[in-house]
Amino acid sequence: MPPIIEMRGITKRFGALTANDGIDFSIEPGEIHALLGENGAGKSTLMKILYGLYQPDSGDVRINGQPVRLTSPAEAIANGIGFVSQHFALVPKFTVAENVVLGHEGSRTLHPTAMSTRVMETAASLRLLIDVNAVVGRLSVGEQQRVEILKALYRDCKVLIMDEPTAVLAPGDIAALFDILRVLQGRGMAVIIITHKLDEVFAISQRVTVLRLGKVVGEVRTQDSTPAALAQMMVGRQTVAVARNSDHRRQDAVKLDVRDLRLTDRRGGLRLRGLSLEVRGGEIVGVAGVAGNGQSELVSVLTGMAAPDSGSVTVGGAPLPFRDPKAVSRLKVARIPEDRLKGVIGDLSVQDNLMLESVEGFTRMGHLDRARIRANAEALIRAFQIKAAPTDLARTLSGGNIQKIILARSLGHAPEVVIAAQPTRGLDIGATEYVHQKLLEQKERGAAILLISEDLEEILLLSDRIVVIYEGRIAGTFAAQDARIDQIGALMTGAHPHA
Amino acid sequence: MLNLKIEREPAPLWLRLLIPVIAVVVTFALVSVLILWAGASPFDAVYQLLIHPLTRTSARADILMMATPILLTGVAVAVAFVCGYYNIGAEGQLYAGAIFAAWVGVNAEGLPPVVAIGLMLIAGFLAGMIWALLPALLKSWLSVDEVVTTLLLNSVMLFIVSALLNGPWRDPVSGWPQSPTIALNAQFPVLIARSRVHLGFIIAVVSALSVWWMLARTRFGLELRAIGKNREAAQFLGIPVRRRVLTAALISGGIAGLAGVGEVGGIHYYLIGSLSPGFGYTGIIVATLGALTMPGVMLSALFLALINRGAISANRELDVPVYLSDVIQAALLLVTLAVLLLNRYRIRWGR
Ligand SMILES: Nc1ncnc2c1ncn2[C@@H]1O[C@H](COP(=O)(O)OP(=O)(O)OP(=O)(O)O)[C@@H](O)[C@H]1O
Ligand SMILES: [Mg+2]
Repeated sequence: MPPIIEMRGITKRFGALTANDGIDFSIEPGEIHALLGENGAGKSTLMKILYGLYQPDSGDVRINGQPVRLTSPAEAIANGIGFVSQHFALVPKFTVAENVVLGHEGSRTLHPTAMSTRVMETAASLRLLIDVNAVVGRLSVGEQQRVEILKALYRDCKVLIMDEPTAVLAPGDIAALFDILRVLQGRGMAVIIITHKLDEVFAISQRVTVLRLGKVVGEVRTQDSTPAALAQMMVGRQTVAVARNSDHRRQDAVKLDVRDLRLTDRRGGLRLRGLSLEVRGGEIVGVAGVAGNGQSELVSVLTGMAAPDSGSVTVGGAPLPFRDPKAVSRLKVARIPEDRLKGVIGDLSVQDNLMLESVEGFTRMGHLDRARIRANAEALIRAFQIKAAPTDLARTLSGGNIQKIILARSLGHAPEVVIAAQPTRGLDIGATEYVHQKLLEQKERGAAILLISEDLEEILLLSDRIVVIYEGRIAGTFAAQDARIDQIGALMTGAHPHA
Repeated sequence: MLNLKIEREPAPLWLRLLIPVIAVVVTFALVSVLILWAGASPFDAVYQLLIHPLTRTSARADILMMATPILLTGVAVAVAFVCGYYNIGAEGQLYAGAIFAAWVGVNAEGLPPVVAIGLMLIAGFLAGMIWALLPALLKSWLSVDEVVTTLLLNSVMLFIVSALLNGPWRDPVSGWPQSPTIALNAQFPVLIARSRVHLGFIIAVVSALSVWWMLARTRFGLELRAIGKNREAAQFLGIPVRRRVLTAALISGGIAGLAGVGEVGGIHYYLIGSLSPGFGYTGIIVATLGALTMPGVMLSALFLALINRGAISANRELDVPVYLSDVIQAALLLVTLAVLLLNRYRIRWGR
């Protein structure tokens, strides 16, 4: 079958950096094509070019054999290309139907019922389960993603690009997403999916293109390859052995003690209902749970961004002040927020982002010590292998490198307690590996680590103890040695364990 | 939500430098229609507006004089805007500074000039801060929108000024609604002989340079920029956002107050109700045109002063209304905003 999309010799430079270097990429109708590569390899850039967000410096794009110039998303959409980015572009106050139709109304006047009927038809024909009259702001992340897909389909797209769609999804939602993608595939659509998870590549795709440093290093049929082969292709060397936590013996004093936290959100919903847990020095405690069971609220309280209605937190015996991020970091609590964009200021330089949290250490009588700021940045960039120069604007970095800024800043200064929320979300295999190593190093140092992750495997890999969070409280605790996935899974969904 | 920051391509440097030029060209193209309508040739008008004032010494001095108050209000507005505090109240803060300065000046009889002028500056700065305090507190305590409060306080200030001038301060000699004249030793020295360029110009430049240094080189300035770029992340990083914004709002008010001091001490020597033809609002244009950077603010203050001076020449030579300069300034602001927006979404001219 001829390719529906053919990109030839695509090169894109940002200043001195070549993000895409003569890339050839093609996809056929009815194909699910995975795009794989380390953080900063140029995956998003290539897809943004296909969606008309960036213009290539050279190379051309053909659709059904015809050369096209895509200078804006509008043109890409007109050519049947849809893009679901990791950051959704939805209007929270509008309904699903309104969001879907927005920008593609078809006529000047809107007939609400006709509109929602049409959207409903589109959804039904694709077996997409969604209430078209629901207000988008109330939907879960997985449902919002479905709205984004619906939006693309409503515009009649033939090629759907999904940039790290699974990074934000809970395991159950991932399976549901894959079901949707298979339906689309059955109808002859082409799907490009970016992911860092090799098992997902094998679960869903027929072909894989692997990028490294802006170049294509391989294009294979998925079934002819193995996870190890792909991993090696991605990083260009034999992958290192998986770091795992196998030494569960050390037991120091309790360093993080969380007692009976209760928290009501702005809409009056009870998000934390008497949550208690403790973490000892040299211990990693993993918090397992389905998204939305109070993890975010717990992290907000522990990182100094929110105050609970009642309850207490102590760090090394000292009470942790609420809503005072500065005081929290002064107690040597390293904070890795779940949303990168809340932890990094995109319009400031990398070096400023690396020092702002402890700015008092870089000033002499209020005057910034630029030499020290730069030296700090250079040291951290080297230690954490961040692909950037100190003066680059943070927002020009790839997702993984932005995450490394946060890691470098928080782990670079010998913390007592580490609050790690989704620390490897969106990271490639190497970087994930690296983060795991860093967390284990901190454990060895004697830091108390609270790991909140939606990735159960990550929790099983790293934790000395696993606690399951359900509806705002801890529903069960397991020692790593005798943790059983089925029991954890049952607790996560609110079932009572039959021990 | 929609995250354009990451998607958008940073404009190359040459384009960013070109933006003001594009804005000016487009503005003049638009305004030529009005000039034609007023019965003059646009080319002559552009010459009178932009070139002629530069050819004569006295006009060049006038430009510096006219740039003085709008440079100060421009700096004031920029300080606040940088951290996302939209202070629209520079006009009121300017008058607050002018009132205090006039009061000190009138009572400065017998003091050495350095002391008299120093006191006026301090009093004016304080007055601007005081007038900026209420909206700033409302903002940091109750999140009351500062755009509304600062704007409303401008009108309140005009009432206070006119109450003062028609009541206790009515000039006892002439009976006009203007304050008594300030003492001779409180009057600002003139910098250029046979002109009205006064000490205030140096104060304005020093203010701009200090703010420049502050924003680029101090912890406080970096924190302000961080807040302006991403408030939530700034909070996460432990920056005391409310306190910093409050401080910036007060500094902004104080600098706007200095503009009032300059007009009283260097131009009029008394307080009148028409002391400022909207310098506070022009400051917003200056700050925006200057992209909230100090070199930009200095250039745009000079440029707007040039247009103001040029409008006088154009009026004299071509009989177009002096209001032309107001129209140009307003158009320039709109065009600049439009061009900035376009630039944010990356414009490409073919390949
Ligand atoms: N607008 C931009 N300006 C400057 N550099 C950029 C810009 N966008 C991307 N880059 C750089 O181009 C390179 C490729 O980035 P890209 O976002 O395509 O990586 P990626 O493969 O999607 O990585 P990740 O898996 O981390 O999302 C990175 O080094 C990044 O810093
Ligand atoms: Mg990416």
